Amino acid sequence: MTMLSRIQFALTVGFHFVFVPLSIGLILFTAIMETLYVRTGDPKYKTLTKFWGRLFTINFLLGVVTGVAMEFQFGTNWSRYSEFMGDIFGSPLAVEALMAFFLESTMLGIWIFGWNKLSKKMHLLAGWLVAIGTHLSAVWIIVANGFMQNPVGYVLRNNRAELVNFWEVLFNPYAWYTYVHTIFACYSVGAFFVLAVAAYHLLRRRNVDMMKASLRIATVFAIIATLGNAITGHFNGQNVALRQPTKFAAMEGVWEGGQGVGFPLFAIPDSANERNAVEVGVIPGLTSFMAFNSTDAHVPGLKDFPVDERPPVGLTFWSFRVMVGLGVLMLVLAALAWWHNRKGTLMERTTLLKFLLWSIPIPYIATNLGWMVAEVGRQPWTVYGLITTADSVSPVALADVVISLGLVVIFYAILVGLDIYLLVRYAKAGPEAMDERQAAVAD
Amino acid sequence: MSHEVLQVIWFALWGLLWAIYFGLDGFDLGSGMLAGIFRKDEEQRHLIGALAPIWDGNEVWVITAGGVTFAAFPKLYATMFSSLYVPLFLILFGLMFRAVAIEFYHHMDYDRAWQRIWGWVLSVASLIVALLFGVAFGNIFQGMLLDAQGYHGTILSLLNPYGLLTGVLFVVAFLMNGATWLAHKAPDDGLRAKAHTFAARIWPVVLVVAAGWLVYTPFATNLMGNFLKVPVLFLVPALAVVMLVLTWVYLQKGNHLFSLLAGSLTVGLTVIAGVIGLFPNMFPSKLDPAYSLTAFNSSSSQYTLQFMFIVVLVFLPFVLLYQVWAYKLFGRKGTGSEVEHY
Repeated sequence: MTMLSRIQFALTVGFHFVFVPLSIGLILFTAIMETLYVRTGDPKYKTLTKFWGRLFTINFLLGVVTGVAMEFQFGTNWSRYSEFMGDIFGSPLAVEALMAFFLESTMLGIWIFGWNKLSKKMHLLAGWLVAIGTHLSAVWIIVANGFMQNPVGYVLRNNRAELVNFWEVLFNPYAWYTYVHTIFACYSVGAFFVLAVAAYHLLRRRNVDMMKASLRIATVFAIIATLGNAITGHFNGQNVALRQPTKFAAMEGVWEGGQGVGFPLFAIPDSANERNAVEVGVIPGLTSFMAFNSTDAHVPGLKDFPVDERPPVGLTFWSFRVMVGLGVLMLVLAALAWWHNRKGTLMERTTLLKFLLWSIPIPYIATNLGWMVAEVGRQPWTVYGLITTADSVSPVALADVVISLGLVVIFYAILVGLDIYLLVRYAKAGPEAMDERQAAVAD
Repeated sequence: MSHEVLQVIWFALWGLLWAIYFGLDGFDLGSGMLAGIFRKDEEQRHLIGALAPIWDGNEVWVITAGGVTFAAFPKLYATMFSSLYVPLFLILFGLMFRAVAIEFYHHMDYDRAWQRIWGWVLSVASLIVALLFGVAFGNIFQGMLLDAQGYHGTILSLLNPYGLLTGVLFVVAFLMNGATWLAHKAPDDGLRAKAHTFAARIWPVVLVVAAGWLVYTPFATNLMGNFLKVPVLFLVPALAVVMLVLTWVYLQKGNHLFSLLAGSLTVGLTVIAGVIGLFPNMFPSKLDPAYSLTAFNSSSSQYTLQFMFIVVLVFLPFVLLYQVWAYKLFGRKGTGSEVEHY
């Protein structure tokens, strides 16, 4: 039962987290394009704004509907959690709706359909308000999640967690480390999406002028995002070490706690025997140093905690490792693209362009792995140290969950299929085709 | 403010949010259903074009109503959503398919066959959402099979005569409002006349269903109690009836915008009347009133209610301001083809 609800929730959030990062990354990119258009008056940027904007809108909608699904599931599948936590968890969600959703959705309607109804500057303002709305929306959802990771500003009263200090919840350090890290991740998804589409056109020598303009900005965007991710990732990790020792130990595969814990270059954790089956090239003191800035700092190991309070080690460990590896790969790709574009040799580097084209899934995988580290690493708790996942689930009929899970799977498969189909179609058609199409519709 | 005062304020806000949601989204759910009736290529394109810029803003009200329920009445949220698991999942899929249909309708304007499919999806999904929301509220008005062990009903027990009648009331009222919106936005006389005729034909149906619902309600529910205690409250349902009459009057005058406003107010006021009748219950138990969830036994702490109240006071005016702006941009008469400006 708990497992089914977990699978359902993981699927819902996982898909949500496929659509949302691209939305956040792309809307910022689109808003920058439109700003360039308003400032330079160059019609090329208007075409690009519409091109990237359409790809954004296709994707944005799916972020919204999968988001509604999440809100519903807190009540339908996790009612005991909702009852225990609603006093605190509901507020950021309600504020998100009031402050961000209305802004995004109203302004998006105005932005899409207002090209001929608004002045250039007002239209640009609507676009930026959509971008601000998506960023604000992420703030509130991560603030809500931050409480689950690191509960603050509450007391236990009346059999539930009650809010006593909203500001403490809002300024929860855990939430803000995660927020900045997540936003950079969203930018890398957006940037690599643009790079891939641009590479596709450049490989075919189509729309070269416009795609080079997009690529130039996207490479800078990608470098800032991936570097930002590495830096914020480090601080995020230190914060985890401080506040969620079990998650940190699982991420790093530390079984025996102690002072001056070393960092293995390669390891394979073995949960059954509570050790790492393989450990190669251990650098003394490095794990301690990464966690607490001191080579002989004390790092608790998994064995310091009861078995039933440890997260699934393998999943957390590997998700973390692969995420970091993909981050490094993205940084290298972005830097190479930037360098060759600057030297003017990018068009000849077809292998690099092909790499960029096929790198589209990389940031998606990396962001979803990051989310796995955060959420799986928190298990068995729903709210760290307060309520377990097993105690959070709704007392609803098993059959209902089975059926709804089946429907979720079928429906999301259709959604993803259509999303990819449309994105590919419009991305391949390119910006000029959109201009022609628009002229055809207007006739 | 004391906890009790805040609980009453939040109860009122909860009712108001649902009323605004059904008042606004009602007419675009209605337009959505009409996509299955106005099927000719041009008609359907104008209909969905009229819907496209505004549906999203309208639908955020339901997310807000849900979020506010979660924040202010977590116990209600938990019980309501897990008790109504199946209908809520159907509503959820309806809302999702509807959104996808509207959006993909114009992203796939290169292929008429796909657009026809999306037209049907929009129509059926809108019908499911309207009907099931009506059924859910009808059942809440009536009381739920709730006791110490939790909720005992199934989707079949929800489909009782009163629940279904409320569902039908929602459907026909929304269809009426959808038709007046379409008549207002229709870019040519042909479509306007067709939508007008549809609205004029469904109005008497709404009147009959609403009359039947009003007569049935005192027998099926305990909603009358509060009205009999404070008779001045009868003004609210009376006003709803007046608005329904005005819908007809403005329709006859050919003022479709005012007809829509009156129709939306009919819907909103009906919901408010129902919520007034419920007070202080929010999810009453039919089995034993002791297990009813009320504004007083299912709310958040005083601190949360107070804090959230300030948030609402600060942000709601902004929301209203820019939603009014959006309606000013896209609500103009005879401009039903916004899709072309994509």
